[in-house]
Amino acid sequence: MTVSLLSESGMAFVMLSTLLIPLAIAGLALINAGLGRSRNAGHVMMSCLCVIGVAAGTYFLCGFAWQGTIGGPAHIARVAGTDWNWLAAEPAFFRGVQINGSPASLAVWMQMLAVMLAALIPMGAAAERWRLGAVCASTALLAGITYPLFGHWVWGGGWLAELGVNYGLGHGFVDAGGSATIQVVGGLTALSMAWIMGPRRGKYTSEGMPTAIPGHHAVFVLFGCLMAWAGWLGLNVSGAVLFSGMEPRRAVLVAVNTTFAAGSAALMTLLVTRLRFGKPDASLTANGWVAGLAAGSAGCAFVPPAAGILIGLIAGLLVPFAIENLELRLGIDDPGGAISVHAIGGLWGILALGLFERFPAPVLNTADDLARLTSLSGVGQGLAQLIGVATLIGFVLPLTYGLNWLLNRFVPHRVAPEGERQGLDLYELGAGAYPEFMTHTDEFFQR
Amino acid sequence: MKIAGFLLLLAGWLLVLSAVVLLPGGSARPAFVLAGIAVEILALVLMFRSHRVLHRSHE
Repeated sequence: MTVSLLSESGMAFVMLSTLLIPLAIAGLALINAGLGRSRNAGHVMMSCLCVIGVAAGTYFLCGFAWQGTIGGPAHIARVAGTDWNWLAAEPAFFRGVQINGSPASLAVWMQMLAVMLAALIPMGAAAERWRLGAVCASTALLAGITYPLFGHWVWGGGWLAELGVNYGLGHGFVDAGGSATIQVVGGLTALSMAWIMGPRRGKYTSEGMPTAIPGHHAVFVLFGCLMAWAGWLGLNVSGAVLFSGMEPRRAVLVAVNTTFAAGSAALMTLLVTRLRFGKPDASLTANGWVAGLAAGSAGCAFVPPAAGILIGLIAGLLVPFAIENLELRLGIDDPGGAISVHAIGGLWGILALGLFERFPAPVLNTADDLARLTSLSGVGQGLAQLIGVATLIGFVLPLTYGLNWLLNRFVPHRVAPEGERQGLDLYELGAGAYPEFMTHTDEFFQR
Repeated sequence: MKIAGFLLLLAGWLLVLSAVVLLPGGSARPAFVLAGIAVEILALVLMFRSHRVLHRSHE
Protein backbone atom coordinates (compact mmCIF):
# COMPACT_ATOMS: atom_id res chain seq x y z
CA MET A 1 0.00 0.00 0.00
CA THR A 2 1.38 3.43 -0.89
CA VAL A 3 1.09 6.35 1.45
CA SER A 4 -0.90 8.30 -1.12
CA LEU A 5 -3.56 5.54 -0.98
CA LEU A 6 -4.12 5.97 2.76
CA SER A 7 -7.80 6.32 3.61
CA GLU A 8 -9.02 9.30 5.61
CA SER A 9 -9.32 7.15 8.71
CA GLY A 10 -5.80 5.87 8.09
CA MET A 11 -4.54 9.43 7.83
CA ALA A 12 -6.30 10.38 11.05
CA PHE A 13 -4.77 7.37 12.77
CA VAL A 14 -1.27 8.32 11.64
CA MET A 15 -1.86 11.92 12.72
CA LEU A 16 -2.88 10.75 16.19
CA SER A 17 0.18 8.49 16.32
CA THR A 18 2.50 11.38 15.51
CA LEU A 19 0.95 13.39 18.34
CA LEU A 20 2.38 10.83 20.77
CA ILE A 21 5.97 11.42 19.60
CA PRO A 22 6.54 14.55 21.74
CA LEU A 23 6.22 12.23 24.74
CA ALA A 24 9.38 10.44 23.58
CA ILE A 25 11.13 13.81 23.34
CA ALA A 26 9.97 14.80 26.83
CA GLY A 27 10.95 11.39 28.17
CA LEU A 28 14.49 11.65 26.83
CA ALA A 29 14.80 15.16 28.26
CA LEU A 30 13.75 13.89 31.70
CA ILE A 31 16.15 10.95 31.47
CA ASN A 32 19.05 13.24 30.54
CA ALA A 33 18.22 15.62 33.39
CA GLY A 34 17.80 12.87 35.97
CA LEU A 35 21.04 11.10 35.09
CA GLY A 36 23.03 14.31 35.63
CA ARG A 37 23.87 16.11 38.86
CA SER A 38 21.36 18.48 40.49
CA ARG A 39 23.52 21.54 39.79
CA ASN A 40 23.09 20.98 36.02
CA ALA A 41 19.43 19.86 35.95
CA GLY A 42 17.92 23.17 34.90
CA HIS A 43 20.57 23.63 32.23
CA VAL A 44 19.86 20.21 30.73
CA MET A 45 16.11 20.88 30.50
CA MET A 46 16.73 24.36 29.13
CA SER A 47 19.13 22.92 26.54
CA CYS A 48 16.48 20.40 25.52
CA LEU A 49 13.98 23.20 24.87
CA CYS A 50 16.58 25.04 22.81
CA VAL A 51 17.39 21.86 20.86
CA ILE A 52 13.71 21.44 19.97
CA GLY A 53 13.42 25.02 18.74
CA VAL A 54 16.66 25.04 16.77
CA ALA A 55 16.01 21.62 15.23
CA ALA A 56 12.53 22.66 14.05
CA GLY A 57 13.78 25.96 12.65
CA THR A 58 16.76 24.48 10.84
CA TYR A 59 14.68 21.68 9.41
CA PHE A 60 12.23 24.27 8.09
CA LEU A 61 15.07 26.38 6.70
CA CYS A 62 16.99 23.73 4.78
CA GLY A 63 16.72 20.27 6.37
CA PHE A 64 13.57 19.16 4.60
CA ALA A 65 14.81 20.56 1.29
CA TRP A 66 17.69 18.06 1.44
CA GLN A 67 15.74 15.17 2.92
CA GLY A 68 12.57 15.28 0.83
CA THR A 69 9.97 12.55 0.54
CA ILE A 70 9.69 9.33 -1.43
CA GLY A 71 9.09 10.17 -5.09
CA GLY A 72 9.89 13.87 -4.65
CA PRO A 73 12.44 15.84 -6.71
CA ALA A 74 16.01 14.67 -6.16
CA HIS A 75 19.59 14.96 -7.39
CA ILE A 76 20.42 11.70 -9.16
CA ALA A 77 23.89 10.55 -10.19
CA ARG A 78 24.34 7.78 -12.71
CA VAL A 79 26.96 5.29 -11.47
CA ALA A 80 27.90 2.25 -13.57
CA GLY A 81 24.58 2.37 -15.40
CA THR A 82 22.44 2.68 -12.26
CA ASP A 83 20.69 5.77 -10.89
CA TRP A 84 21.89 6.81 -7.42
CA ASN A 85 19.45 9.07 -5.66
CA TRP A 86 21.70 10.89 -3.19
CA LEU A 87 20.05 14.19 -2.24
CA ALA A 88 16.56 15.64 -2.37
CA ALA A 89 15.95 18.79 -4.36
CA GLU A 90 12.91 20.25 -2.60
CA PRO A 91 12.57 24.03 -2.29
CA ALA A 92 13.50 25.50 1.12
CA PHE A 93 10.96 26.66 3.74
CA PHE A 94 8.54 23.76 3.02
CA ARG A 95 7.48 25.52 -0.20
CA GLY A 96 7.17 22.20 -2.03
CA VAL A 97 4.59 20.78 0.40
CA GLN A 98 1.03 21.81 1.11
CA ILE A 99 0.62 21.72 4.89
CA ASN A 100 -2.99 20.63 4.65
CA GLY A 101 -3.16 17.14 6.12
CA SER A 102 -1.93 15.42 2.97
CA PRO A 103 0.32 12.34 3.37
CA ALA A 104 3.34 14.44 2.37
CA SER A 105 2.56 17.03 5.03
CA LEU A 106 2.16 14.27 7.61
CA ALA A 107 5.60 13.00 6.61
CA VAL A 108 7.03 16.49 7.07
CA TRP A 109 5.50 16.80 10.54
CA MET A 110 6.74 13.36 11.56
CA GLN A 111 10.23 14.18 10.25
CA MET A 112 10.30 17.39 12.26
CA LEU A 113 9.61 15.42 15.43
CA ALA A 114 12.15 12.77 14.44
CA VAL A 115 14.90 15.32 13.94
CA MET A 116 14.14 16.85 17.37
CA LEU A 117 14.45 13.42 18.96
CA ALA A 118 17.73 12.71 17.16
CA ALA A 119 19.13 16.08 18.20
CA LEU A 120 18.31 15.43 21.87
CA ILE A 121 20.38 12.25 22.00
CA PRO A 122 23.86 13.88 22.10
CA MET A 123 22.75 15.81 25.22
CA GLY A 124 22.98 12.55 27.15
CA ALA A 125 26.68 12.09 26.40
CA ALA A 126 27.78 15.72 26.54
CA ALA A 127 25.72 16.91 29.50
CA GLU A 128 27.31 18.82 32.39
CA ARG A 129 30.03 20.41 30.22
CA TRP A 130 28.31 21.56 27.01
CA ARG A 131 27.72 25.30 26.59
CA LEU A 132 24.18 26.36 25.70
CA GLY A 133 25.29 28.35 22.63
CA ALA A 134 27.30 25.41 21.35
CA VAL A 135 24.35 23.06 21.94
CA CYS A 136 22.24 25.24 19.63
CA ALA A 137 24.94 25.49 16.97
CA SER A 138 25.62 21.75 17.00
CA THR A 139 21.88 21.03 16.78
CA ALA A 140 21.68 23.22 13.68
CA LEU A 141 24.39 21.11 12.04
CA LEU A 142 22.60 17.88 12.87
CA ALA A 143 19.16 19.10 11.80
CA GLY A 144 20.44 20.92 8.73
CA ILE A 145 23.04 18.52 7.33
CA THR A 146 23.69 15.15 8.98
CA TYR A 147 20.14 14.00 9.64
CA PRO A 148 18.56 15.16 6.34
CA LEU A 149 21.33 13.58 4.28
CA PHE A 150 21.09 10.14 5.86
CA GLY A 151 17.32 10.51 6.26
CA HIS A 152 16.96 11.02 2.53
CA TRP A 153 18.97 7.90 1.79
CA VAL A 154 16.67 5.80 4.00
CA TRP A 155 13.27 7.53 4.28
CA GLY A 156 13.32 9.75 1.21
CA GLY A 157 13.71 7.06 -1.45
CA GLY A 158 17.50 7.48 -1.57
CA TRP A 159 20.14 4.99 -2.67
CA LEU A 160 20.06 2.92 0.53
CA ALA A 161 16.31 2.43 0.20
CA GLU A 162 16.77 1.53 -3.47
CA LEU A 163 19.34 -1.22 -2.84
CA GLY A 164 16.58 -3.76 -3.39
CA VAL A 165 15.32 -2.35 -6.68
CA ASN A 166 18.74 -1.48 -8.08
CA TYR A 167 20.88 -4.35 -6.83
CA GLY A 168 18.44 -7.09 -5.79
CA LEU A 169 19.24 -6.77 -2.08
CA GLY A 170 15.94 -7.75 -0.44
CA HIS A 171 13.69 -4.73 0.08
CA GLY A 172 16.62 -2.36 0.28
CA PHE A 173 17.73 -0.90 3.60
CA VAL A 174 14.66 -0.92 5.86
CA ASP A 175 14.28 1.11 9.04
CA ALA A 176 10.60 1.36 9.92
CA GLY A 177 10.78 3.29 13.21
CA GLY A 178 14.14 5.04 13.01
CA SER A 179 16.75 2.80 14.68
CA ALA A 180 19.24 4.07 12.09
CA THR A 181 17.84 7.42 10.99
CA ILE A 182 17.14 8.72 14.49
CA GLN A 183 18.89 6.57 17.09
CA VAL A 184 22.22 5.73 15.48
CA VAL A 185 22.64 9.16 13.87
CA GLY A 186 22.01 10.74 17.29
CA GLY A 187 24.17 8.15 19.07
CA LEU A 188 27.14 8.64 16.75
CA THR A 189 26.86 12.40 17.21
CA ALA A 190 26.89 11.72 20.96
CA LEU A 191 30.12 9.72 20.52
CA SER A 192 31.65 12.57 18.51
CA MET A 193 30.76 15.08 21.23
CA ALA A 194 32.18 12.85 23.97
CA TRP A 195 35.41 12.54 21.98
CA ILE A 196 35.67 16.24 21.17
CA MET A 197 34.90 17.49 24.69
CA GLY A 198 36.60 14.78 26.71
CA PRO A 199 35.46 13.60 30.14
CA ARG A 200 33.99 15.80 32.87
CA ARG A 201 36.41 17.27 35.37
CA GLY A 202 36.96 14.78 38.17
CA LYS A 203 35.55 11.83 36.23
CA TYR A 204 38.94 10.13 36.00
CA THR A 205 41.64 10.00 38.65
CA SER A 206 45.24 10.83 37.80
CA GLU A 207 45.77 7.08 37.35
CA GLY A 208 43.01 7.02 34.73
CA MET A 209 40.46 5.19 36.88
CA PRO A 210 36.85 6.37 36.49
CA THR A 211 34.95 7.62 39.52
CA ALA A 212 31.21 7.14 39.97
CA ILE A 213 29.16 10.31 39.48
CA PRO A 214 25.59 9.21 40.16
CA GLY A 215 22.55 10.94 38.70
CA HIS A 216 20.41 13.08 40.99
CA HIS A 217 16.85 11.93 40.33
CA ALA A 218 15.93 8.28 39.74
CA VAL A 219 12.22 9.11 39.52
CA PHE A 220 12.82 11.55 36.64
CA VAL A 221 14.77 8.84 34.85
CA LEU A 222 12.22 6.08 35.34
CA PHE A 223 9.21 8.28 34.60
CA GLY A 224 11.08 9.47 31.51
CA CYS A 225 11.28 5.83 30.42
CA LEU A 226 7.50 5.45 30.69
CA MET A 227 6.94 8.62 28.68
CA ALA A 228 9.47 7.46 26.09
CA TRP A 229 7.54 4.19 25.71
CA ALA A 230 4.32 6.04 24.87
CA GLY A 231 6.19 8.28 22.47
CA TRP A 232 7.96 5.38 20.79
CA LEU A 233 4.61 3.69 20.10
CA GLY A 234 3.61 6.73 18.06
CA LEU A 235 7.03 7.01 16.45
CA ASN A 236 7.15 3.40 15.31
CA VAL A 237 3.56 3.29 14.07
CA SER A 238 3.77 6.52 12.10
CA GLY A 239 7.25 5.71 10.74
CA ALA A 240 6.17 2.25 9.60
CA VAL A 241 3.07 3.59 7.83
CA LEU A 242 4.62 6.70 6.28
CA PHE A 243 8.04 5.36 5.26
CA SER A 244 7.62 1.59 4.97
CA GLY A 245 4.13 1.28 3.55
CA MET A 246 2.67 -0.65 6.48
CA GLU A 247 -1.11 -0.85 6.56
CA PRO A 248 -2.51 1.00 9.60
CA ARG A 249 -4.34 -2.14 10.80
CA ARG A 250 -0.95 -3.76 11.44
CA ALA A 251 -0.22 -1.13 14.08
CA VAL A 252 -1.08 -3.69 16.75
CA LEU A 253 1.98 -5.73 15.78
CA VAL A 254 4.13 -2.60 16.04
CA ALA A 255 2.74 -1.80 19.49
CA VAL A 256 3.27 -5.38 20.70
CA ASN A 257 6.83 -5.54 19.35
CA THR A 258 7.74 -2.12 20.76
CA THR A 259 6.47 -3.06 24.20
CA PHE A 260 8.13 -6.48 24.13
CA ALA A 261 11.47 -5.01 23.08
CA ALA A 262 11.46 -2.39 25.86
CA GLY A 263 10.21 -4.75 28.56
CA SER A 264 12.52 -7.65 27.77
CA ALA A 265 15.52 -5.33 27.48
CA ALA A 266 14.83 -3.76 30.87
CA LEU A 267 14.35 -7.17 32.50
CA MET A 268 17.59 -8.45 30.98
CA THR A 269 19.56 -5.41 32.20
CA LEU A 270 17.95 -5.76 35.62
CA LEU A 271 19.02 -9.41 35.74
CA VAL A 272 22.57 -8.66 34.60
CA THR A 273 23.03 -5.87 37.15
CA ARG A 274 21.48 -8.02 39.88
CA LEU A 275 23.92 -10.83 39.13
CA ARG A 276 26.95 -8.55 38.80
CA PHE A 277 26.36 -6.02 41.59
CA GLY A 278 24.08 -7.89 43.98
CA LYS A 279 21.18 -5.47 43.45
CA PRO A 280 19.34 -4.25 40.34
CA ASP A 281 20.65 -0.89 39.15
CA ALA A 282 17.85 1.60 38.39
CA SER A 283 19.78 3.87 36.03
CA LEU A 284 21.24 0.99 34.03
CA THR A 285 17.83 -0.68 33.86
CA ALA A 286 16.40 2.57 32.53
CA ASN A 287 19.17 2.59 29.92
CA GLY A 288 18.26 -0.98 29.04
CA TRP A 289 14.61 0.00 28.58
CA VAL A 290 15.48 2.80 26.15
CA ALA A 291 18.00 0.57 24.35
CA GLY A 292 15.19 -1.95 23.81
CA LEU A 293 13.04 0.79 22.33
CA ALA A 294 15.90 1.97 20.09
CA ALA A 295 16.72 -1.55 18.92
CA GLY A 296 13.11 -2.55 18.37
CA SER A 297 12.30 0.40 16.11
CA ALA A 298 13.92 -0.82 12.86
CA GLY A 299 11.96 -4.05 12.61
CA CYS A 300 8.89 -3.20 14.68
CA ALA A 301 6.52 -3.86 11.77
CA PHE A 302 8.38 -6.70 10.11
CA VAL A 303 9.40 -9.19 12.80
CA PRO A 304 7.22 -11.63 14.76
CA PRO A 305 6.63 -10.89 18.47
CA ALA A 306 9.05 -13.62 19.58
CA ALA A 307 11.78 -11.87 17.61
CA GLY A 308 10.77 -8.60 19.26
CA ILE A 309 11.43 -10.18 22.63
CA LEU A 310 14.78 -11.58 21.48
CA ILE A 311 15.83 -8.20 20.05
CA GLY A 312 15.05 -6.61 23.41
CA LEU A 313 16.84 -9.31 25.42
CA ILE A 314 20.05 -8.89 23.43
CA ALA A 315 19.84 -5.08 23.59
CA GLY A 316 19.40 -5.33 27.35
CA LEU A 317 22.42 -7.62 27.57
CA LEU A 318 24.59 -5.32 25.45
CA VAL A 319 23.89 -2.09 27.31
CA PRO A 320 25.50 -2.64 30.74
CA PHE A 321 28.63 -4.16 29.20
CA ALA A 322 28.88 -1.39 26.61
CA ILE A 323 28.50 1.34 29.24
CA GLU A 324 31.10 -0.28 31.49
CA ASN A 325 33.63 -0.82 28.71
CA LEU A 326 33.22 2.63 27.22
CA GLU A 327 33.85 4.19 30.63
CA LEU A 328 36.48 1.84 32.00
CA ARG A 329 38.53 0.72 29.02
CA LEU A 330 37.93 3.37 26.38
CA GLY A 331 37.89 6.50 28.55
CA ILE A 332 34.55 7.76 27.24
CA ASP A 333 32.54 9.78 29.76
CA ASP A 334 28.88 9.41 28.76
CA PRO A 335 26.72 10.49 31.75
CA GLY A 336 23.42 9.50 30.10
CA GLY A 337 24.64 6.31 28.43
CA ALA A 338 23.56 7.77 25.07
CA ILE A 339 26.26 6.06 23.01
CA SER A 340 25.53 2.58 24.35
CA VAL A 341 21.77 3.01 24.33
CA HIS A 342 21.17 4.76 21.02
CA ALA A 343 24.20 3.94 18.85
CA ILE A 344 24.88 0.36 19.94
CA GLY A 345 21.22 -0.48 20.60
CA GLY A 346 20.23 1.02 17.24
CA LEU A 347 22.97 -0.80 15.33
CA TRP A 348 21.84 -4.07 16.85
CA GLY A 349 18.24 -3.31 15.85
CA ILE A 350 19.26 -2.69 12.22
CA LEU A 351 21.12 -6.00 12.02
CA ALA A 352 18.32 -7.83 13.84
CA LEU A 353 15.86 -6.86 11.11
CA GLY A 354 18.08 -8.64 8.60
CA LEU A 355 18.11 -11.74 10.81
CA PHE A 356 14.44 -11.96 11.77
CA GLU A 357 12.54 -10.17 8.97
CA ARG A 358 9.20 -11.49 7.87
CA PHE A 359 7.77 -9.07 5.31
CA PRO A 360 4.03 -9.45 4.80
CA ALA A 361 3.81 -7.04 1.89
CA PRO A 362 6.05 -4.98 -0.36
CA VAL A 363 7.95 -2.38 1.57
CA LEU A 364 7.46 1.13 0.33
CA ASN A 365 11.02 2.32 0.12
CA THR A 366 11.13 3.74 -3.36
CA ALA A 367 8.95 5.50 -5.84
CA ASP A 368 9.22 2.63 -8.32
CA ASP A 369 6.16 0.65 -9.19
CA LEU A 370 4.96 -1.87 -6.69
CA ALA A 371 4.91 -4.75 -9.16
CA ARG A 372 8.69 -4.70 -9.28
CA LEU A 373 8.90 -4.66 -5.53
CA THR A 374 6.54 -7.58 -5.06
CA SER A 375 8.69 -9.69 -7.34
CA LEU A 376 11.71 -9.27 -5.09
CA SER A 377 12.56 -11.97 -2.63
CA GLY A 378 13.83 -11.35 0.89
CA VAL A 379 17.26 -12.67 -0.07
CA GLY A 380 19.95 -10.10 0.49
CA GLN A 381 18.05 -8.21 3.19
CA GLY A 382 20.83 -8.92 5.68
CA LEU A 383 23.39 -7.56 3.25
CA ALA A 384 21.31 -4.40 2.71
CA GLN A 385 21.18 -3.88 6.46
CA LEU A 386 24.96 -4.40 6.70
CA ILE A 387 25.51 -1.77 4.01
CA GLY A 388 23.39 0.62 6.06
CA VAL A 389 25.51 -0.08 9.14
CA ALA A 390 28.70 0.46 7.12
CA THR A 391 27.33 3.79 5.88
CA LEU A 392 26.52 4.94 9.40
CA ILE A 393 29.97 4.08 10.75
CA GLY A 394 32.00 4.90 7.65
CA PHE A 395 30.22 8.06 6.51
CA VAL A 396 27.89 9.51 9.16
CA LEU A 397 30.41 9.24 12.03
CA PRO A 398 33.25 11.07 10.20
CA LEU A 399 30.74 13.63 8.90
CA THR A 400 29.22 14.46 12.28
CA TYR A 401 32.62 14.39 14.01
CA GLY A 402 34.17 16.63 11.35
CA LEU A 403 31.33 19.16 11.46
CA ASN A 404 31.39 19.39 15.26
CA TRP A 405 35.19 19.50 15.36
CA LEU A 406 35.11 22.41 12.93
CA LEU A 407 32.37 24.13 14.93
CA ASN A 408 34.50 23.73 18.07
CA ARG A 409 37.16 25.91 16.43
CA PHE A 410 34.72 28.85 16.22
CA VAL A 411 32.19 28.16 18.98
CA PRO A 412 33.91 26.18 21.77
CA HIS A 413 31.68 23.36 22.96
CA ARG A 414 33.11 23.02 26.43
CA VAL A 415 32.29 25.34 29.28
CA ALA A 416 35.11 26.98 31.29
CA PRO A 417 36.50 24.94 34.23
CA GLU A 418 34.83 27.39 36.63
CA GLY A 419 31.45 26.64 35.06
CA GLU A 420 31.89 22.92 35.55
CA ARG A 421 32.93 23.41 39.14
CA GLN A 422 30.05 25.76 39.91
CA GLY A 423 27.44 23.84 37.92
CA LEU A 424 25.94 25.01 34.65
CA ASP A 425 22.68 26.14 36.27
CA LEU A 426 24.37 28.94 38.15
CA TYR A 427 27.16 29.57 35.66
CA GLU A 428 25.10 29.82 32.48
CA LEU A 429 21.55 30.45 33.70
CA GLY A 430 22.21 32.37 36.91
CA ALA A 431 19.83 30.27 39.01
CA GLY A 432 19.78 26.73 40.34
CA ALA A 433 17.10 24.20 39.47
CA TYR A 434 16.43 23.50 43.16
CA PRO A 435 17.02 26.82 44.95
CA GLU A 436 15.36 25.72 48.20
CA PHE A 437 17.96 23.01 48.74
CA MET A 438 21.35 23.81 50.18
CA THR A 439 24.20 23.76 47.68
CA HIS A 440 27.13 21.72 48.89
CA THR A 441 30.62 21.19 47.59
CA ASP A 442 31.20 18.31 45.25
CA GLU A 443 33.09 15.40 46.69
CA PHE A 444 33.89 14.10 43.24
CA PHE A 445 36.39 16.80 42.36
CA GLN A 446 40.05 16.18 42.92
CA ARG A 447 41.70 18.93 44.87
CA MET B 1 46.49 8.44 14.50
CA LYS B 2 43.13 10.23 14.63
CA ILE B 3 43.37 11.31 10.98
CA ALA B 4 44.44 7.82 9.98
CA GLY B 5 41.35 6.51 11.77
CA PHE B 6 39.13 8.89 9.83
CA LEU B 7 40.66 7.96 6.52
CA LEU B 8 40.28 4.28 7.32
CA LEU B 9 36.61 4.80 8.19
CA LEU B 10 36.00 6.41 4.82
CA ALA B 11 38.10 3.77 3.06
CA GLY B 12 35.99 1.01 4.61
CA TRP B 13 32.80 2.69 3.45
CA LEU B 14 34.15 3.18 -0.07
CA LEU B 15 35.10 -0.49 -0.15
CA VAL B 16 31.50 -1.37 0.70
CA LEU B 17 30.14 1.00 -1.96
CA SER B 18 32.54 -0.39 -4.55
CA ALA B 19 31.44 -3.92 -3.73
CA VAL B 20 27.80 -2.94 -4.26
CA VAL B 21 28.43 -1.16 -7.55
CA LEU B 22 31.11 -3.29 -9.16
CA LEU B 23 30.52 -6.84 -8.02
CA PRO B 24 27.59 -8.93 -9.22
CA GLY B 25 25.58 -11.04 -6.79
CA GLY B 26 27.11 -14.20 -5.39
CA SER B 27 29.69 -14.64 -2.69
CA ALA B 28 32.10 -11.91 -3.78
CA ARG B 29 29.80 -9.02 -2.89
CA PRO B 30 29.05 -10.11 0.71
CA ALA B 31 32.74 -10.92 1.22
CA PHE B 32 33.82 -7.44 0.17
CA VAL B 33 31.07 -5.79 2.20
CA LEU B 34 32.29 -7.69 5.26
CA ALA B 35 35.87 -6.72 4.43
CA GLY B 36 34.80 -3.06 4.30
CA ILE B 37 33.13 -3.37 7.69
CA ALA B 38 36.28 -5.02 9.08
CA VAL B 39 38.29 -2.01 7.90
CA GLU B 40 35.80 0.28 9.65
CA ILE B 41 36.12 -1.68 12.88
CA LEU B 42 39.90 -1.34 12.65
CA ALA B 43 39.43 2.40 12.15
CA LEU B 44 37.16 2.60 15.19
CA VAL B 45 39.80 0.86 17.32
CA LEU B 46 42.32 3.43 16.13
CA MET B 47 39.95 6.31 16.88
CA PHE B 48 39.18 5.05 20.39
CA ARG B 49 42.88 4.56 21.15
CA SER B 50 43.87 7.97 19.81
CA HIS B 51 41.26 9.76 21.90
CA ARG B 52 42.23 7.87 25.03
CA VAL B 53 45.87 8.87 24.53
CA LEU B 54 44.78 12.46 23.82
CA HIS B 55 42.77 12.76 27.04
CA ARG B 56 45.50 11.13 29.11
CA SER B 57 47.99 13.71 27.87
CA HIS B 58 45.56 16.50 28.93
CA GLU B 59 45.17 15.13 32.47
